Amino acid sequence: MTADIGTWLAAFLTLCIFSFLYKDNPFYKFAEHLFVGISAGYWLCYHFWNTVKPNLYDNLVEKGEWQYLLPLFLGICMLLRLFSKIGWFSRWAIAFMIGSGAGIMIITYLQSNFLEQIKSTLVSLDPAGSSWTQVANNSLLFIGVVTGLVYFFFSKAHTGITGGVARVGVVFLMICFGASFGYTVMARISLLIGRMYFLLHNWLGVV
Amino acid sequence: MAPEMRVSIVERLRNIDRRVIFVLVAAAVIIPLLHPLGLPLKSSPPSSSLYREIENLGPGSVVLMAFDYDPATDVELGPMSLALLKHCFSRGHKVVSLALWPMGASLARASFAQTAEEFGAKYGVDYVNLGFKAGGIVVIDSLGKSIHESFPKDVDGTPLEELPLMRNINSYADIDFVLGLSAGDPGLPFWIMIAQGRYGKKVGGGCTAVSAPMLYPYYPNQLLGLLGGMKGAAEYELLIEAKGSATKGMDAQSIAHALIVLFVIIGNLFYFMGRSREKRGGQI
Repeated sequence: MTADIGTWLAAFLTLCIFSFLYKDNPFYKFAEHLFVGISAGYWLCYHFWNTVKPNLYDNLVEKGEWQYLLPLFLGICMLLRLFSKIGWFSRWAIAFMIGSGAGIMIITYLQSNFLEQIKSTLVSLDPAGSSWTQVANNSLLFIGVVTGLVYFFFSKAHTGITGGVARVGVVFLMICFGASFGYTVMARISLLIGRMYFLLHNWLGVV
Repeated sequence: MAPEMRVSIVERLRNIDRRVIFVLVAAAVIIPLLHPLGLPLKSSPPSSSLYREIENLGPGSVVLMAFDYDPATDVELGPMSLALLKHCFSRGHKVVSLALWPMGASLARASFAQTAEEFGAKYGVDYVNLGFKAGGIVVIDSLGKSIHESFPKDVDGTPLEELPLMRNINSYADIDFVLGLSAGDPGLPFWIMIAQGRYGKKVGGGCTAVSAPMLYPYYPNQLLGLLGGMKGAAEYELLIEAKGSATKGMDAQSIAHALIVLFVIIGNLFYFMGRSREKRGGQI
């Protein structure tokens, strides 16, 4: 077992949080409030020294680059949301963010998440020299995409052939949701493993 | 078994105290950690593909590695960073790291500390940690113009001109491969959009298991390889033949998954048994 006080503290707080699994209790509340308070203070300091100072203060005050008055003004506008009467100033900053964000993103997003994805779907079902597994994979991809798209085609009632194809699309969607759920379970179990490994290895030293 | 007893078991299992489930899941995680089972593990095509890409880069190639995560996801992405750094250093690649998440810079420092010495890699010559920069996609885009303008100093405040490795690296044109370790936004999708989509760089990386289903569609055309969650990290450890914490956690992961699958089956079984009895007008 370690003698490091930091590890003991971390282990104690981990157990405090785990105690919620039994029921809500003062130990859990203590750890939760401590986490929220420390996080707020930490992030405030971190962002001031790593974002506001190098990106704004240094450029504006030390280098005398006056164009940085614009982001300063927009930043102050954003904070004015705290005052109901002049809170509408924040819309200017939000409009700037949305406008610049859209300008940067739209073309790039269309290129990589729309056109490239369509291109990746348009594959030959039986490319030259391919194995049967490749043919099966490509066929599955084709059927999944087409039936999935039919399911989201709402201009025709999902009856008859359209309904049948849409139902196949639902099966593909369910498999997709199942895969996402499986990965989510894996992520959550990984977090539990991480904490358990910390307790058993770093704290107790039995692993 | 008498019908009354079957009814009683169905009733009891339908109303089981959730803490029983918690205890069973905890046992499924703790026991394999204490007594590893050594369950078999195989690398998947996206992991193998990433391995091949790194393996096939020439010695001295420059790899840009983004640590876009924080301690909350270190259990999944930390082992990936160690395995990838070990592979890069063993192949003689130069590594330039940066972070779009504030804590990423510290985690990069920790990963370098655990790997560089083993391979004799020197700071400033074989690897550099540029630190954190706020701005997400704007920062990624700015690297295409000038890394030196975006990051005038490294994580310790040393001007880039004083670091030998950075003298000849100033934009994506000087980068051979981009590796993104991503826990969310900003992360790997932005690297794909900008570094791959706009600047045509080779991009690969790793992500948390939660975001893996969203990123797999980019493989293999836009993303040359992907490590998904702890399993991806364990697969990469297997490929580089250096077992680490991800491999140790995979037994627990497998047992816990088997238990959850069992819960789902049992839950559904008793749900349908109960519903069938309800339809017949009997008690549950």
